[in-house]
Amino acid sequence: MSETKTIETVNIKRRQVLAGATGVVGAVGAAFVAVPFLGSWQPSEKAKAAGAPVDADISGLQPGQMMTLSWRGKPVWIVRRTAEMLERLATLDDKLRDPDSNASIQPEYCQNPSRAIKPEYLVVVGICTHLGCAPLYRPAVGSADMAAGWRGGFFCPCHGSSFDLAGRVFRSVPAPTNLEIPPYMYLTETHIRVGEDAESGGQA
Amino acid sequence: MSDKNTNQTPPGGMLKWLDDRYPLISTWNEHVAQYYAPKNFNFWYFFGSFALLVMVIQFITGIWLTMSYKPSADEAFHSIEYIMRDVEWGWLIRYMHTTGASAFFLVIYLHMTRALLYGSYKKPRELVWLIGMLIFVVLMAEAFMGYMLPWGQMSYWGAQVIISLFSAIPLIGPDLALWIRGDYIISDATLNRFFALHVIAMPLVLVLLVFMHIVALHKVGSNNPDGVEIKKHKDTQGLPLDGIPFHPYYTVKDSFGAVFFLILFAIVVFYMPEGGGHFIEAPNFEPADPLKTPDHIAPVWYFTPFYAILRAVPDKFLGVLAMGASIAVLFAMPWLDRCKVRSIRYRGYSYKLLLTMLAISFVVLGVLGALPSTPLHTKLAQIFTILYFAFFILLPYTSAHEKTKPVPERTT
Repeated sequence: MSETKTIETVNIKRRQVLAGATGVVGAVGAAFVAVPFLGSWQPSEKAKAAGAPVDADISGLQPGQMMTLSWRGKPVWIVRRTAEMLERLATLDDKLRDPDSNASIQPEYCQNPSRAIKPEYLVVVGICTHLGCAPLYRPAVGSADMAAGWRGGFFCPCHGSSFDLAGRVFRSVPAPTNLEIPPYMYLTETHIRVGEDAESGGQA
Repeated sequence: MSDKNTNQTPPGGMLKWLDDRYPLISTWNEHVAQYYAPKNFNFWYFFGSFALLVMVIQFITGIWLTMSYKPSADEAFHSIEYIMRDVEWGWLIRYMHTTGASAFFLVIYLHMTRALLYGSYKKPRELVWLIGMLIFVVLMAEAFMGYMLPWGQMSYWGAQVIISLFSAIPLIGPDLALWIRGDYIISDATLNRFFALHVIAMPLVLVLLVFMHIVALHKVGSNNPDGVEIKKHKDTQGLPLDGIPFHPYYTVKDSFGAVFFLILFAIVVFYMPEGGGHFIEAPNFEPADPLKTPDHIAPVWYFTPFYAILRAVPDKFLGVLAMGASIAVLFAMPWLDRCKVRSIRYRGYSYKLLLTMLAISFVVLGVLGALPSTPLHTKLAQIFTILYFAFFILLPYTSAHEKTKPVPERTT
């Protein structure tokens, strides 16, 4: 490196070809190497296998009462609704964002006014569709700790979203859609299996 | 700067041996002993070096915590209790780390306020500001991931909410959130990867950015409370007349200030380590329960202003967008502010008024973000969200027509 190289002695073209070829090969290589590193963040086989269905005995559930199951690590609620609660559902349509559940997630057999196989029992994933908190169950009209005009349902304390007793979201709250209904089926009159239904016959 | 070495006696012995093999003296001179900083630095100029000090505290205490902490969903909560009860001095080291997190944000917010007061983001210091904003964003990620590690109720549900923010992005959102979690819910996989990011990835990025922040600053030189350029007036040796070498003048000043800072830090560590439920929140003394959200969840105080903006918007995607915008818009400050005068001392009423409005909005949103969600709080949060953004929307117009005072030639 003692003598300064002049433009004439440097083969610019050759350098460009070498640099270009190295760059292209390097970029392709980097893209391939990125695959395992990015892919490694996907759920593992163990996580995917943990989606087994759960069974619940609902014989002890009193009218108006709610029980919580854990399905895939998420809370799933079963609410035994009274006749009065079911009647009230029909009066709320104009206050709801998606009263017919067209934009919401539920099995086809639950896209009905009560969002359930049997209207008496609501089975719903207890995760707010806004940012994933578990809402509170406040079934009574005008519950003491709720704002005036509370119509009974679920209230998310995190960001103030509210849902009726069919998990349908009210207007002008942050949650975009109704609470999700998981696939489920009745094994007997008093036993429910969540995570599997008659249609899929196996894993939902 | 290297020509200034000539008036010093050349080093001998060990120092010479080192300096022949490593640019020791020239680096020291360029960045410390002969880095000329304006002589009129005031109280606001402490916070840069305090931030560096807190970073060192976080690194040391963090390394020590790693020695006893277990990053698994089964053991994490109990390993924290183990550190607090059974590890010798574990409680002190952990409280230094949790207090350090809050101190870091306090110092950084004051450091940023200083930049807004004296126009330190303006030409030619745009890059110093941009790198600083990147540091702020990395710091938020670092703090969020760190808060998840104790695996308490607030750790769990805070992470649930923040990761769900990504699911609001159209099309790719749900898959992106799944990819970040590595599971269908926040789980052991999520905890373990956040631990890796918190203790390795983020600190590395942070150190690199802090290095670049200082290199960029030393290229353009420090601003000052008068916002005048000290390089414009130099003596016969080419040294700025209003500048003093960083060492010993500011090394001594900052060390002296650090003593007072550490006294306040120690008072918090020893007498109010939970910060009245604002540094460590009450639900985080309960282990994470995926089936039950605490009745009132709120982020730690340094995130509450942005959280209040999120809650103020009654739409999932727009809420996330507004929160992201409230941080992103700060990056644009050097170009939104079109006033040539840097320091608030010589700027017009419009900027003083707007900046006061921004500061009040930020504090009020911070308070609202920590309170439960009620219709009144939401209304207030909406009003102050509008005022917060109004600063950035009005600034380009007002700053272009601002009635400024004459700026002195030299520092005052």
